[in-house]
Amino acid sequence: MAVRLVFLGKLADLAGAPEAEVVGPLDWNGLIEALPGPLGEVAKGEKVRLAVNGAVLSDKSALAAADGDEIALLPPVSGG
Amino acid sequence: MARDVRLLEHTLEPGTELAAFAAAHPAAGGIASFIGKVRPDDGVELLELSHYEPLTLPGMVALAEEALGRWALDGILIRHRIGQMRPGDPIVLVAAAARHRRNAFEAADFAMDHLKSDAWFWKREKRAGEWRWIEPRAEDHADLARWGRRTSV
Repeated sequence: MAVRLVFLGKLADLAGAPEAEVVGPLDWNGLIEALPGPLGEVAKGEKVRLAVNGAVLSDKSALAAADGDEIALLPPVSGG
Repeated sequence: MARDVRLLEHTLEPGTELAAFAAAHPAAGGIASFIGKVRPDDGVELLELSHYEPLTLPGMVALAEEALGRWALDGILIRHRIGQMRPGDPIVLVAAAARHRRNAFEAADFAMDHLKSDAWFWKREKRAGEWRWIEPRAEDHADLARWGRRTSV
């Protein structure tokens, strides 16, 4: 068991893969450190949202994930 | 069923969907519908829509419920494509059935504005063999403001 990270949209390109696994538990600082390449900096941007197990967090820094949880990194949705 | 919301991985056939929706709501006085298609803009070869299962469909269902709460409707239908499409392919279909036309028009318009800018979809397009992600547009936020709303996603 691990924490599964899911990268949506262009974040998957930055990560080099649509998903990754890291060992839990994971808080906000732990997530930033675990993110590959430029993704840590990008994830700090105010427009990137986080969802844990399908619930969007109103405050990313309050992240608290354990093994078995899924964290999605959500860039802004595309326009029409 | 008052709301009928689905994500489609392969083809969207608006004519078939609308016929079934009309048959499901025989008492409606009218049905307003909108079909969104991949714009055949200069050089676009493919459009790809990705989604996130735990958020995208639940968000669309919540949108349909909100429309049902806001207007007197017999029913609302939303179909959205994911995956790869070519110019001219339908991406989205919204239909609202109501006793009176104004409710049907407004509910369909409301649903479209939110699907365009306040739903969990990411799009990229392929031109000259190169994929490029599509960024948010300011106009979409202005569209939402018509309904007294800001984006929530």
